[in-house]
Amino acid sequence: MNDALDVALRLLAVFVAFLLLPLLVGQTEHKVMAHMQGRLGPMYAGGFHGWAQLVADGVKFAQKEDVVPAGADRRVFQLAPAVALLPYLLVLLAVPIGPGDGAVGQVLDAGVFFVLAVMGVGVLGSLMAGWASANKFSLLGGLRTAAQLLAYELPMLLAAASVAMAAGTVSLPGILDSFHWWWVPWQITGAFVFFVAGLAELQRPPFDMPVADSEIIFGAYTEYTGLRFALFLLAEYAGIVVLCGLTTVLFLGGWHGPWGADGLGWLWTLLKTAVLAFVVIWLRVTYPRLREDQLQKLSWTLLVPLSLAQIALTGVVKVVIQ
Amino acid sequence: MREPTVVVAADYFQGYFQSYAVVGLLAAVGVLFVAVAFAAGRLLRPVVPTPEKLLTYECGVDPVGEGWAHTQVRYYVYAFLYVIFAVDSIFLFPWATVFAAPGYGATTLVEMFVFLGFLAVGLLYAYKKGVLAWT
Repeated sequence: MNDALDVALRLLAVFVAFLLLPLLVGQTEHKVMAHMQGRLGPMYAGGFHGWAQLVADGVKFAQKEDVVPAGADRRVFQLAPAVALLPYLLVLLAVPIGPGDGAVGQVLDAGVFFVLAVMGVGVLGSLMAGWASANKFSLLGGLRTAAQLLAYELPMLLAAASVAMAAGTVSLPGILDSFHWWWVPWQITGAFVFFVAGLAELQRPPFDMPVADSEIIFGAYTEYTGLRFALFLLAEYAGIVVLCGLTTVLFLGGWHGPWGADGLGWLWTLLKTAVLAFVVIWLRVTYPRLREDQLQKLSWTLLVPLSLAQIALTGVVKVVIQ
Repeated sequence: MREPTVVVAADYFQGYFQSYAVVGLLAAVGVLFVAVAFAAGRLLRPVVPTPEKLLTYECGVDPVGEGWAHTQVRYYVYAFLYVIFAVDSIFLFPWATVFAAPGYGATTLVEMFVFLGFLAVGLLYAYKKGVLAWT
């Protein structure tokens, strides 16, 4: 009975984090973008600096009519948002936020493997949406999404493999247990590759060619309205949370902090994740969109060779210090 | 001597199935969440379809031709490259957990460079052939 309660509490915690953290990132994006552009951003909803803006948005989305175009593949069209969203929920389960077995949703032996595999499924939602909409913009967006996944999954995989080599394990808590501070400079190239490739997979600016709103009208999501559109947006922000959390755990030492991990470990994880999420928003405000061919070139001629070099470096250093 | 091994293996597999059972449970929670959201949405929102509303969106003008239009798949070579490289890279993970274990050391390192060499030469070949350029 106690076990059942324990599991239920963990699932509840993961689920609440899954609903809350993306909203926090979204609200931060509203405010940070606004201030970087000399605006105030939302100020009215909820009273204090527009804190309830996204709640209001959610209420609005839920009341919108759900339009499925007559020409669309109805079932696939309606299921796509769920396929895009749910993988990120599953990944959150495996991300440890503190030391010990108590501070992770569930210890998975093949953690790195699991999170990379499940994250890849999320892109399938965009592909389904792009194909099922029967819309030319959506089809183009879906194809671009596919091309982007093909290009950036590989460097991401290689960068994560480098960390697994350094730690000698593929379990996420195991990687954190064997972490030393000097891993940060050692794995910095891998961290850069992982983070950039992750951004590209999430189709965040400057890698947002597949959804380019001013060019192909939000790509695969052109035909979506109301709640289903909101779920796609939620998936994007949940993806940011997951990517920043994973970068923190794999490359920045997760719960390790300058004043020891006792009791404060979870705070370090959240702090590092928040800083990375801020960087994601910052990049969106700073850089112009990459063209489709530039996107492919960046991955194949820069990120893949860099990640191969990182693997060589990791292997040599690891064998030398043994 | 045999019995302990069997017990350890049984324990291991129990832990293995238990951890992935929790993953399955969370997946069920997620499906439930989406189902409830869609059902609640159905109760909350208006349903007033008109033929114009159900038209495919094409910047306000009537759509031309079919939505599933012919399109040039420019990156199919990338797809081949990706499959080749990714399948190779998957083998890095089990290897990564043991390559520095006592008794391996320098030999595995040489093997790693052979592996990386193959990948690098493949990439270089693709680059020379010009398939990495978007045409």
